[in-house]
Amino acid sequence: MATLTRPGAPSGPQLRRRTHPVRVDIARALPLTPAVVLLLVFLAGPILWCVYAAFTNTALTGAGSGDTQFVGLDNFRAAFGSEAFGNSVVLTLVFTILSAVVGQNVLGLALALLQKRAAKVVRTLVGITVIGAWVIPEVVAGYLWYAFLAKDGTLNEVIGVLGLGQNWLYTLPIIAVSLANVWRGTAFSMLVYNAALSEIPAEIEEAAEMDGATGWARLRHVTIPMIKRTVTTNLMLITLQTLSVFGLIYTMTKGGPGTKSQTLPLYMYEQAFSFSQIGYGTAIALVLLAVGGVFSIVYMRLLRED
Amino acid sequence: MRRRSFLTYAGLGAGTVLGTAACGGGSQGGDDSSGAIKVAYQQWGSGTVMKDYLTTVKSAYEKANSGKTVELVPIVASENDYYTKLQLMMRSPRTSPDVVYEDTFLINSDITAGYLQPLDSWLGQWDEWDQFQDVAKGAAKAADGKTYGVPDGTDTRALWFNKDLLTKAGLAADWAPTSWDDILAACREIKGKVPGVTPINVFAGKAAGEAASMQGFEMLFYGTGSTLYDPGQDKWNVGSPEFVDSLRFIKTIFDEKLAPDPSVALDAQVGTRVQEEFLPGGTLAIDLDGSWVSSTWLDTGGAPWPQWNDVMGQAPMPTKDGSGDGKISMSGGWTWAMTKNASNADDAWKVISTLTSFDNNLRYNINSAAVAVRKDVAADPTYTGSNPTLEFFSSLVPVTQYRPQNTDYPRVSNEIQVAMEAVVTGQASPDEAAKAYDEAVKGIVGEDKTATL
Repeated sequence: MATLTRPGAPSGPQLRRRTHPVRVDIARALPLTPAVVLLLVFLAGPILWCVYAAFTNTALTGAGSGDTQFVGLDNFRAAFGSEAFGNSVVLTLVFTILSAVVGQNVLGLALALLQKRAAKVVRTLVGITVIGAWVIPEVVAGYLWYAFLAKDGTLNEVIGVLGLGQNWLYTLPIIAVSLANVWRGTAFSMLVYNAALSEIPAEIEEAAEMDGATGWARLRHVTIPMIKRTVTTNLMLITLQTLSVFGLIYTMTKGGPGTKSQTLPLYMYEQAFSFSQIGYGTAIALVLLAVGGVFSIVYMRLLRED
Repeated sequence: MRRRSFLTYAGLGAGTVLGTAACGGGSQGGDDSSGAIKVAYQQWGSGTVMKDYLTTVKSAYEKANSGKTVELVPIVASENDYYTKLQLMMRSPRTSPDVVYEDTFLINSDITAGYLQPLDSWLGQWDEWDQFQDVAKGAAKAADGKTYGVPDGTDTRALWFNKDLLTKAGLAADWAPTSWDDILAACREIKGKVPGVTPINVFAGKAAGEAASMQGFEMLFYGTGSTLYDPGQDKWNVGSPEFVDSLRFIKTIFDEKLAPDPSVALDAQVGTRVQEEFLPGGTLAIDLDGSWVSSTWLDTGGAPWPQWNDVMGQAPMPTKDGSGDGKISMSGGWTWAMTKNASNADDAWKVISTLTSFDNNLRYNINSAAVAVRKDVAADPTYTGSNPTLEFFSSLVPVTQYRPQNTDYPRVSNEIQVAMEAVVTGQASPDEAAKAYDEAVKGIVGEDKTATL
């Protein structure tokens, strides 16, 4: 936040220093209290319990349930030593990079750029279509894609005449769920880029055009540099959203076949609720949190370099 | 920064709020407001045998005990999800049912978890307890020697086959394979001669849950003469070549497309579809399944099929190469148990004893095509004449095997399903899947409790 200088207020480095008593701070925080209290009552407990559970052998049945023991880092050791977990980490990265960093991001930017030049009718229609995919519930989107890609789904009905029919959810599960996620999440990126592009002054683009910059060069040397911060912010938001996608994949493939589309959230769910290992599941959740943290730090660095 | 000081206050606030919120334990003694005894059971697919039976018992119980009520709590979920939901409910006194339907393979694990209470004090005074067969009495006996559940029936497993389809493929209508190779040969005949028909269904994979472990894998594995667990040494079997052999059989039927398409086989609905769609529809020739399958086709079942007994035949599951007894079966069963948090234990017991009384048990065993565990029911002419397959499935009791009665079995069973699914989808070879299973079992029970048996 920019600090406004008041007349008579000290300026320069002293600005950083406190210029008003604690009382004012409290008074300013007061309107936030209800929201903060609600968050604490409903979320802080479960979150702290999760952190605790990750270091125990908590389970829904068996010894871990009747006699819960503190096991230190055992859950994490078990995870890092297990093939299934390694497979999930790789799939999570594939899913995130494919569907968010590349898919949603590039497609969102492309749509926003095209919309800028398009006629109003086209703009409205495209906007409605893309945002429609975004506002339908995740489970509904999952079923739509299941119906589209399944063995006897619409896609196979259409391309069946060419003899290309196959059970896509079975042969290319991670690609299938990534595609579905691109379809569903592109609207968000598009809206963000729409806003960013509308901020670019027309004169600059015109000047570049006068200097003979073609469309591609204009994009590379003018447009992208001007919306760099937006790109990074958008990447950060969609990455964190995509890392924790559960419903879409669960509806389409349940993480299967085998473990071919079992990203970390699905692995976590299976361990905690199908195999009743709550402690292990929450440990995976913490790992997922760390993965998100790593992505965030990278993006923050990129932002700071501006 | 101003923000930092705000966070400090927020943190302090959090501490105070948490201190009060975290201590909000549940009130003791369950939901007494209604006084009803809550009975939880699984409702999956279109069958209503259990629902109808419980509804009848409920009204009989309420008539006999004026002022008392029973509340039925159906849990609509597939097998694995049913257990999860039930365990989550039993964890809190506020949501716990009083009487629960527990599969015998899971009951030991739930006893260890402290969800259930022993019934010995009531069983000791119950004059009907003597009517239960000894094997069945032991089904819900825990390591502490106490009994935690009253069984309502047992089952055996064998091959169901469609006589019409087999004769079309040139096989005998009284087909009786004597080895795994016999089964595979028959399947290949069917595939070659009867197009459009799936030769065999063997449950495999995580979605089918315990059905995959038991009807699928263990029916094969125990037919090799091996065992998952040796209670004498308290050791689990790892590095077993027979384990790999059993997975190889699974791989063969899926690789050669003798089994349903994996997208069907790995779906949670597969059990319902086999019973209600594929077998009556004549699109599946052989099904490795339980003795209860025909209950779906009775008038009381989910998909009545009057001609079922003319079309369907049964054959014992052969051992791998015909050695041993030449045939193999696995037995399980379900029990009625009382939760630790039961609001009124005496009333809950009354409900359990009503559920498993002669009349009610007789009717349920007939409608669910179960193998009776009460001697008086087993001898009753209405029961013995109720289902033409009863004699065949009861004849397998002498060769039947039971799953490890061990707290860790449910977790090991999950790993069996993982191994099967890895093989079905081609993610792992039988050797690799067996190796992964070995590692997982060592992680669950500890390396010192494993050996190659």
